[in-house]
Amino acid sequence: MENILRESSAKTPAINFDAKSGVLLLKGRSIPENSIEFYKPLNDWLDLYVEKPLDETTIDMKLEYFNTSSSKCILDLLKRLEKINQAGSKVSVNWYFESEDEDMEEAGEDYQAIIKLPFKMIEVEEI
Amino acid sequence: MQFNKIYDIYQKFEERNIIFSFSGVITSDFLNAVLDIVEAKVDYLEESPKIKKKVLKILVECVQNIYYHGENQLSSLKDNVAKKKLNNALVMVVKEDQGFLVETGNYIENHLVDDLKERIENINKLDKLELRELYRDVLANGTFSDRGTAGLGMIDIARKSGNKLNYSFLPVDSGLSFFTLSVKIS
Repeated sequence: MENILRESSAKTPAINFDAKSGVLLLKGRSIPENSIEFYKPLNDWLDLYVEKPLDETTIDMKLEYFNTSSSKCILDLLKRLEKINQAGSKVSVNWYFESEDEDMEEAGEDYQAIIKLPFKMIEVEEI
Repeated sequence: MQFNKIYDIYQKFEERNIIFSFSGVITSDFLNAVLDIVEAKVDYLEESPKIKKKVLKILVECVQNIYYHGENQLSSLKDNVAKKKLNNALVMVVKEDQGFLVETGNYIENHLVDDLKERIENINKLDKLELRELYRDVLANGTFSDRGTAGLGMIDIARKSGNKLNYSFLPVDSGLSFFTLSVKIS
């Protein structure tokens, strides 16, 4: 299975989905006008990965901020990880937020309230 | 005379402490440029990173709201003048003694006014925790357009602002009204 490796842009986060290590990363801003188009390849990748997941899967959500159009796509992505968890891979979500950024901290709590996966909230100086 | 008009506008900007203003067509590239300029200006005013980020996040949501709604409305309109008007908007960032205001003005079709007004009124009735519940409910259960929008924008703006949304609808003609929104970040 091929990895997804993408540089960040002004409106989209850097992506590193590594099938060999089971570590997935989103890092930066996610504010594209058409979020569905941006997130589709990531969700397609997860739909393949769920067939033969590793014993452990970790997602590092290092988002500086995201628009409401991305918020639904991120939910869809986390729902796929729920399925991967049910398929036998132990999934953990590392939710990073910058100190004093209560909006991103709350955003992590929002997903935590909806998604049945263990979340680790990690406060950092700078993402 | 031309000179005086320019000076008039300049003075009005100065009086209100408008640190950024744009009037014209909202395109998708527009947002990148705006964010760079506003980020630099807010940096210059030495605000806390917390306030700075809130201004940028709310600005993104406000501008993209206008962008999506302009596009959605355009498809149903046949009148070219009205189409041109729906493409345009006014976007401003105002420095206040305490914090900032993000303000927008744009045309909206009359038949959409009541629905938007009701949504904002409902949002303004909610406190911080109720807004959080509404956001989670719409996120988890809402139906989404093919662009991923779901009426979350206004809820998110109110939530991040922590203040009531200040708005008005000014009737323009039989087809259009002018919608103004002022969001306080403090």
